[in-house]
Amino acid sequence: MKPSRLVKIEILACLAIGILAGIGLYTFDYAKGLSYFSNNPKACMNCHIMTEQYDSWTKSSHHQAAKCNDCHIPHEFPWKYVEKSRNGWNHSKAFTLQNFPEPIRISPHNRRIVQANCIHCHEGMVSKLIEHRGVTLSTMRCTDCHRSVGHMSLD
Amino acid sequence: MQKKIGYFLVIVITTVLTGNIVALLMNIRERKAEEKVRHIDVVQLSEKDTDPEIWKRNYPREYDGYKKTSDIERTRYGGSEAFSKLDEDPSWKRFFAGYAFGIDYREDRGHAYSLEDQKETLRTKQFKQPGACLQCHAGGMKNVYETVGNGNLMQGFAEVNAMPLEKAWAYAKHPVACIDCHDPKTMELRVTRPGFLSGIKALKEHEGIKNYDPNTMATHQEMRTFVCGQCHVEYYFKGPEKYLTYPWSKGVKVEEIESYYNEAGHKDWVHAETGAPVLKAQHPEFELWSQGVHSKSGVSCADCHMPYKREGAAKVTDHHIRSPLLNTSRACLQCHHFTENEMKERVETIQARTRVLMDRAEAALLDLIDAIVKAKKAGATEDQLKLAYEMHRKAQWRLDFVSAENSMGFHAPQEAARILAESIDYARQGQVAVEGLQRA
Repeated sequence: MKPSRLVKIEILACLAIGILAGIGLYTFDYAKGLSYFSNNPKACMNCHIMTEQYDSWTKSSHHQAAKCNDCHIPHEFPWKYVEKSRNGWNHSKAFTLQNFPEPIRISPHNRRIVQANCIHCHEGMVSKLIEHRGVTLSTMRCTDCHRSVGHMSLD
Repeated sequence: MQKKIGYFLVIVITTVLTGNIVALLMNIRERKAEEKVRHIDVVQLSEKDTDPEIWKRNYPREYDGYKKTSDIERTRYGGSEAFSKLDEDPSWKRFFAGYAFGIDYREDRGHAYSLEDQKETLRTKQFKQPGACLQCHAGGMKNVYETVGNGNLMQGFAEVNAMPLEKAWAYAKHPVACIDCHDPKTMELRVTRPGFLSGIKALKEHEGIKNYDPNTMATHQEMRTFVCGQCHVEYYFKGPEKYLTYPWSKGVKVEEIESYYNEAGHKDWVHAETGAPVLKAQHPEFELWSQGVHSKSGVSCADCHMPYKREGAAKVTDHHIRSPLLNTSRACLQCHHFTENEMKERVETIQARTRVLMDRAEAALLDLIDAIVKAKKAGATEDQLKLAYEMHRKAQWRLDFVSAENSMGFHAPQEAARILAESIDYARQGQVAVEGLQRA
């Protein structure tokens, strides 16, 4: 029985999807895609842009207590993965197109995540402080003064 | 017909998607390669390879930056365009009266021109200059000195210093080059210029460290300043042998260098209008920087003048050495978390303040020169003018120290202001003394 034209297209489409999936998965693996699901700080310097931050983190006071994700990514599901994807998309786009200003700076959005994470761990100590006007209005942040607790001078 | 469109769509979509994924794959591959391959040794470099063109083969990225030092750019107060400082501010013709600098005095251009510009200036065309000048205008001087001195660096240095500059030029093939700051085998930073080696030894001895050798005793961060300090310093030619000397054995502050010169009985020339034995400041960048806050914080010359840049995944020291004002984002923002404009404004505020103080110092010095000339016409004796001469020497040395220094006060703003304040005071003291003579 001769296959109908429609079936032919379906076979072709399957082939196409297979090829795409093959090189897609290979590219994903080659780019260490799985590492981005982990908590390993080394994943953050796969592309070497954050090498200086990583190097200075290994010498910082938070080295034993917190990794990149603990300060820079929300802790709770699903926001952890929402933020990982958002940052992942922004970073890989910038690095692929090589069109970002340097030295790199934290974005206002990510700065709010960091502030929330400072409070998340240190709440027992700072619960009274964070009621202050400056903090509630977001004009004062922990890292304004504690500039090098995570890595070289924070912003 | 519909089926044909079906085929067509499958082909187009697959083409576009595979094309994009492969492009991404190749991009990742390139970045990964950049990260792995720091450099490839195409040639084996040795002490004889003074030509930067040979180094280019191993270090194309660094060489690209180095070549860009031929750029001509202006900043508000300086830059790398060879404009005439004498035309810009004619008072300096009078300050340098009777000296080669009064004939031709231009803003310096980039390293790429160091040799060419030395042959270009009227100071070498119309005046006899010693081979000592070559130390900082040509590349591979270690090799030159060792060739002339039969393997002995210091002996070759002494011989080249004493020969006429035209004769010394025969040994010079390149402007300031790679080998002046890098060991050709290890690429480690090193200092090769004998003037600096002796100068820093004397300075360290003054600070209580005996037999200091920067090549074995300095930290890497210190070397990132010392390689520049080989040349960007105050110096003079000692004795009839024209032995190039950095006057640092009493320290590097303006009055410490002055007291060194006073003790050595040194003068650069006799001022043609007043007859005072005056000094010429060279370009004391290292000295002024060492009095500033950046120095105290451990920031080296290279940190601001050769900041790191990124090419793909590779980190490269920018060998396009230039004013940080032309590269503010990389030069300043790495440490200062403000905008580029904010940082430029801060620098230019400091420079504008230095400039207005310098204007006052120039006016004061002109008044002193006028007063001495007038007193001489009225018949004042050398003995009567002794104090005025001393004040002229002091005031001009301080004014020139800040003026000849290439940062318009930025390298140490308060120190520059202190020096200029002293200059103004000495000039006016001298003026009061001379005018007192006439009344008496």
